[in-house]
Amino acid sequence: MARKITFSQAINEALSQEMARDETVIVMGEDNAGGAGSPGEQDAWGGVLGVTKGLFHKYPGRVLDTPLSEGGYIGAAVGAAACGMRPVAELMFIDFMGVCFDQIFNQAAKFRYMFGGKAVTPVVIRAMQGAGLRAAAQHSQMLTSLFTHIPGLKVVCPSTPYDAKGLLIQAIRDNDPVIFCEHKLLYGREGDVPEESYAIPFGEANVVRDGDDATIVTYGRMVHYATEAAQKLAKDGIEVDVIDLRTTSPLDEETILESAARTGRVVVVDEANPRCSIATDISALIAQRAFHSLKAPIEMVTAPHTPTPFAGVLEDMYIPSAQQIAEAVLKVRG
Amino acid sequence: MPIHMITMPKWGLSMEQGQVNGWLKNVGDKVAKGDEILDVETDKISSGVECAFDGILRRQVAQEGDTLPIGALLAVVADAQTPDAEIDAAVEAFQRDFVPASAEAGESGPQPEKAQIGGRTVRYLKLGEGGTPAVLIHGFGGDLNNWLFNHADLAAHRTVWALDLPGHGESGKAVETGSADELADSVIAFLDDRGIDNAHLIGHSMGALVAMTVAAKAPQRVASLALIAGAGLGEEINGDYLAGFAEGSSRNALKPHLMKLFADPALVTRQLVEDIVKYKRLEGVNDTLRKIASEAFDGNVQRTRYRDRLAQLAPRTLVIWGADDQIIPAAHAQGLEGDIRVHVLEGKGHMVQMEAASEVNRLLDDFLGR
Repeated sequence: MARKITFSQAINEALSQEMARDETVIVMGEDNAGGAGSPGEQDAWGGVLGVTKGLFHKYPGRVLDTPLSEGGYIGAAVGAAACGMRPVAELMFIDFMGVCFDQIFNQAAKFRYMFGGKAVTPVVIRAMQGAGLRAAAQHSQMLTSLFTHIPGLKVVCPSTPYDAKGLLIQAIRDNDPVIFCEHKLLYGREGDVPEESYAIPFGEANVVRDGDDATIVTYGRMVHYATEAAQKLAKDGIEVDVIDLRTTSPLDEETILESAARTGRVVVVDEANPRCSIATDISALIAQRAFHSLKAPIEMVTAPHTPTPFAGVLEDMYIPSAQQIAEAVLKVRG
Repeated sequence: MPIHMITMPKWGLSMEQGQVNGWLKNVGDKVAKGDEILDVETDKISSGVECAFDGILRRQVAQEGDTLPIGALLAVVADAQTPDAEIDAAVEAFQRDFVPASAEAGESGPQPEKAQIGGRTVRYLKLGEGGTPAVLIHGFGGDLNNWLFNHADLAAHRTVWALDLPGHGESGKAVETGSADELADSVIAFLDDRGIDNAHLIGHSMGALVAMTVAAKAPQRVASLALIAGAGLGEEINGDYLAGFAEGSSRNALKPHLMKLFADPALVTRQLVEDIVKYKRLEGVNDTLRKIASEAFDGNVQRTRYRDRLAQLAPRTLVIWGADDQIIPAAHAQGLEGDIRVHVLEGKGHMVQMEAASEVNRLLDDFLGR
């Protein structure tokens, strides 16, 4: 029987197995080593939510605490990667990425291109994103599309523990900079994960459910809402393809277009704000390349164009729901 | 004549429920023991539910699309004379008393275990007690779950062991050369480790080749050989399938190949494909599969053949094949010399132990004796 572990444990296991396999893999971030050696503390805290807990003692000297200065240590991670290490930097909240944009956009993403392919930058930046934790507007954003926009970066958004492990292993082995987005409400989610090491290739979407009546394209936490909507619709005899993108860069265009052409009815679901988002990007792709197969306008289900509200009731309304997704499918069905 | 209840079967250890995919017999049809009366799909596989009685299908209790727990009432078979009122009363009584097994109870059943044997992790499943034990050996790219429809039935009368060969399932993935010799040695090491002196070896496909190699190397360990769609009995094998399986890594690449395993390609569920994709992603699997394939096969040709000395390998031998096997031709079951029982099942494919599980279980049970 396959063993069930959480999303958070799956990330920890991927890090541990890659650190055991390759000694150039190091972990750095805020409070990854914090707490170790203090009175009453047997172990390091393992980051703000304890995802890297246990690695500090297992791999001495390779789990580094950093100052509360994202600009500083993300720059250091990019530099270390350019010099032969494979750093995995943990940046607490993706919302703080703004202070490291030069390091990421102008340096990490450009080295391979501007040095004529002679430089590689195998850095992974892990960051949690997404709404639902009552953490207010500065700690709840979905910024996947910002990074997806930049050529030279790869962007990963796992939805299950199985995918989290396999995609993180692939991210660490990849020679390009990878932004690894972890939805904070997925950390406790359990699923079957093999104990052995495995890598999931980038750019290969996961078709979570099959159906010929409509296509839902989504990623991250919304995969579970989309699946819930699809299960509900199946009871009424409406069978829906649910496509989990897994990586937004590279993008599995083939799987999206094949499904869209087959069903002719598409709903794109994105927890992010709607403008210049993954939802608009996928909609544009389908509109351009599968227009003649479409039987109805593409529907988008997204958060509204506002910051994430702090008030619980408002935050719950802000996040797309399974109900909204099901309604959107009924709308494209006509 | 009594009223017979056809209920949701339990296929494999993890099955808790099944979905009714469609009826193959109509109310009023005459049904015989062994007839498939409806199709059921689990998260692992689809299969037909066989009738264990002769009679008339009097009720289709489950509706197409229903998802029902194991043991739930699907259909009623009785003779034509049984009054409707009696059947309705029996259905009502069944439904009133039926309590689905809880998920927790399902999980407390036997689970596969792991052992370190000869420096390698070996996963195995043990079911049943007593008798001369049977050891189930899966084929190329398979694992012990290839026997999920067979384990429990065979274990009713003897201890049954199913193992994952090196490079397969959850056993260690590294092999040296990947030869049939090496795989056979790993089976002998397993028998030693588990204290199994003498066993019936039941092999499917490449597992049959491994079983015969064990018999050639350690004849005293083998009570009998049961070879299902076996490699090692003739020259041809579908090299395209082997290459496609070994090289494919995505669902789209693998699915067309996996559909060749069954006479009815609809039996290849998305979960079955997904499980294979996940297996193939595991570190070391693709290298090992390439090694094993190139040791055992050269394109469309099998390198090792026991055909001419099959009868000398073991005291008794049974050969079962699906007539529509697209991987290894069923013709290899013909013209075998010596006292060998041969059964070729019409309309079934390479995974005949899954596709015609009840029939194969009956043949095996009958052959093994009690």
